[in-house]
Amino acid sequence: MTIDWNNFTPWTSLAGGAVLGLSAALFVLLNGRIAGISGVLGGLLRPRAGDLAWRVAFVGGLLVAPLVFGLFMELPTMQVAAEAPLLVVAGLLVGVGTRLGSGCTSGHGVCGISRLSPRSIVATLSFMASGFLTVFLTHHVLN
Amino acid sequence: MNILASFVCGLLFGLGLILGGMTNPAKVIAFLDLGGAWDPSLALVMGGAIAVASGAFALAARRTRSLLGAPMQLPTARDIDPKLVGGSLLFGAGWGLAGFCPGPALVALGRAAPSALLFVGAMLLGMLAFEFFDRYLKNPAPRVAVRS
Repeated sequence: MTIDWNNFTPWTSLAGGAVLGLSAALFVLLNGRIAGISGVLGGLLRPRAGDLAWRVAFVGGLLVAPLVFGLFMELPTMQVAAEAPLLVVAGLLVGVGTRLGSGCTSGHGVCGISRLSPRSIVATLSFMASGFLTVFLTHHVLN
Repeated sequence: MNILASFVCGLLFGLGLILGGMTNPAKVIAFLDLGGAWDPSLALVMGGAIAVASGAFALAARRTRSLLGAPMQLPTARDIDPKLVGGSLLFGAGWGLAGFCPGPALVALGRAAPSALLFVGAMLLGMLAFEFFDRYLKNPAPRVAVRS
């Protein structure tokens, strides 16, 4: 393993993380809820009365974020190496997996670990391990 | 008020993801690539987020209502079961294949990136498939007796 010092962005990443953490903190203190994106989105597909508007508002905030970011700073480049069929397979896996496992990087990784939830710690270790293994296989074994 | 707070939190969340570098799938994959040139940045995104959020969650755990008066809805499940681990393993595989997880994918959709449209479409389909099977498994359709 070598560290990619050229692309390592410790300060902006820490700052970005702090903003994420602030969002999760405000969300639980103001609305009493976990800022877990797969959960917020998944609830839209299981509509219940009075449970829809806040979800739409949260997703709306995420969607306009690049627009707002662009007003103050240049948006970072986005490089997607995956071709269309791979994007579809990956999307299906992420959709089924996050609902089956009750969370993703935000709900388990950020909020769950912040709450010291054993379930979230196990979930985070599982998806991290699986992500590391998948990239190892696709980049160093099958390639 | 709750809805406005949701919007602001979603927006802040998205801004944090962009600033942290999470919305670039190439950077996410460089973080997951322990065998190549490893970019540890995203560990700092998570570390920074946890450092800021943990105090708030400790406070929230001691309350029954939020500051805006909504009921505190923290998860109560405690079992570490095959659903949790299996689901997370599937999610990690999808994350490693494309470099998108749900939050960054939605932010990328806001940039009208065609790759994000495809990914989010498939992700919603996957979530719908889960809803369908989850409901079916909990309440299987009643069997209709057929008499000849």
